[in-house]
Amino acid sequence: MNSKKLLFPYVLVTPAVIITVLIVFIPIIETSIMSLFNYVIWKPKDYKFIFLSNYIKVLKDPVFWISLKNTAIWVTGTVSLQLILGFVTAMLLNRDFWWRGIARSLILIPWVTPSVITALMWRWMYDGNSGVINDLLVRVGILKEYFPWLANNSTALGSVMVALMWQGFPFFSIMILAGLQAIPDSLYEAAEVDGATPLQRFTMITLPMLIPILFTSILLRIIWVANSMDVIYVMTGGGPGYSTYTLPLYSFIKAYKFMDFGYASTLAIFLTLFLVAVVAGYVVKVLKSQGSME
Amino acid sequence: MRRRIVRGLFTLHIPLLVIVLFALAPYIWMFISSLTPEKDLYTKEFHYFPEHPTTENYFRIFSKINFTSNIKDSLIVAFSTMILGLGISVTASYSFSRFRFFGRNFLLVQFLVINMFPIVLLLIPLFVIMRFLHALDTHFALIIAYSTFTIPFSTWMMTGFFNAIPRELDESAQVDGCTRFTAMTRVIIPIAMPGIAATGIYIFITAWNEFLYAAILTGTHVKTIPVALQNLIGEYEIAWGLLTAGGVVSAIPVIILFFFIQKRLISGMTAGAVKA
Repeated sequence: MNSKKLLFPYVLVTPAVIITVLIVFIPIIETSIMSLFNYVIWKPKDYKFIFLSNYIKVLKDPVFWISLKNTAIWVTGTVSLQLILGFVTAMLLNRDFWWRGIARSLILIPWVTPSVITALMWRWMYDGNSGVINDLLVRVGILKEYFPWLANNSTALGSVMVALMWQGFPFFSIMILAGLQAIPDSLYEAAEVDGATPLQRFTMITLPMLIPILFTSILLRIIWVANSMDVIYVMTGGGPGYSTYTLPLYSFIKAYKFMDFGYASTLAIFLTLFLVAVVAGYVVKVLKSQGSME
Repeated sequence: MRRRIVRGLFTLHIPLLVIVLFALAPYIWMFISSLTPEKDLYTKEFHYFPEHPTTENYFRIFSKINFTSNIKDSLIVAFSTMILGLGISVTASYSFSRFRFFGRNFLLVQFLVINMFPIVLLLIPLFVIMRFLHALDTHFALIIAYSTFTIPFSTWMMTGFFNAIPRELDESAQVDGCTRFTAMTRVIIPIAMPGIAATGIYIFITAWNEFLYAAILTGTHVKTIPVALQNLIGEYEIAWGLLTAGGVVSAIPVIILFFFIQKRLISGMTAGAVKA
């Protein structure tokens, strides 16, 4: 009876644990093993153990370094854009007005939009011959003639970042709005009695109270944006040249187009290591700055 | 009074309206383009409202490519992923919510970390495994692939929903003659049903939207909507009329489903973060 009681919680989690071991952990181990092999799917005869050769090859690969640089720009740029727009939206939605419910619902639409549709819509709007963005900019007088946003080396990455800002800013709005609503009104009332200006109320109450939620949501977004490459893939396929290659995209292309699974696995492992390093660095930095504040 | 209204206009209503328009603009443009005849899309003259509005793109998407079977494939995959995901995670999350057992925190953290792994890390070995099992280009391959992220996610989500139900209910059910197991199946799970349904719909949406796994693991016999739409992008030519019509058709069910669950889903997602 007693041992049966003790076992019950384990019995309930067993299916989930077994499945995740089978479909997540074993495959990841397989990736690390594959990274030590020369493994091109359509060249089965060349399959052999090459130890760390793939890793050395990666470090000498100029495309890897370009992709790494692009990944850094992509993550910092996209997360900042999403955060700024999301923050402004949340501050506005935190006010009391009659169409607030509708506004909040409509703003969530980009967030549930399938990545492929996001990419296609923006690619169509950016189009160099019949894109609506070009037409608007020419009408307003900012541009003299149509510009091929996605086909130009210096604008392609930025243009894709704007599309991803569109898709991701609702996430920040929801999280920050939840944070704002959790701040007790009494704090603001007390500050008003003490004669604090609106700016002081923002920097002394709103921001500090939001720190935990900002921390969590920025962290989640960094990971998500770093990994996401479906929008880039459909919008530019990495081009022109290598100007929109990011690390996950490079790995995906190596696997999908070139069927070079050994090399693609190695790139995936590098990406994972970088992510772990960035996340750990971020956590340590935030914890330190919080420690110094107290 | 009047100054306050004017101020509200500039500090609240206009900026927010601009943001809402920004959120909707791509959809508005996609919808307008989908009603424009294909040849009018590329003329030099620009029209914000089609001169000859037509629904031909919507008919062509069904006649020209096999869109009905794409919808069927998407439905099969999304629905099965939902059933599998819920079935596996419901008991696990109940257990995480109700019992404090050795290894609980370790398992919970592990489910959280799985959600952060890069897709490529799993995509590559899953392709090799499915190839070995001769399961490439089947619904099965996609259902398994999607479960790699839906099971951990829904386990977390539903643990939160179960936590919101007082434990006293389990105890009184057991006093009334339920066993531990029937207290879960007959009392707690029915109470948690709205949360479970929201999680299920969320799984359905993610599976319906997914593209990368679908592109690499399937594509010939089984072809979900995102892959079918992406295939319309040719090397030199893109059929924007078809693409925009297909985009409207595939995005609308997702948006409608999402509106049903948004409140519950958001409260589930933000609850953990606010507390932390």
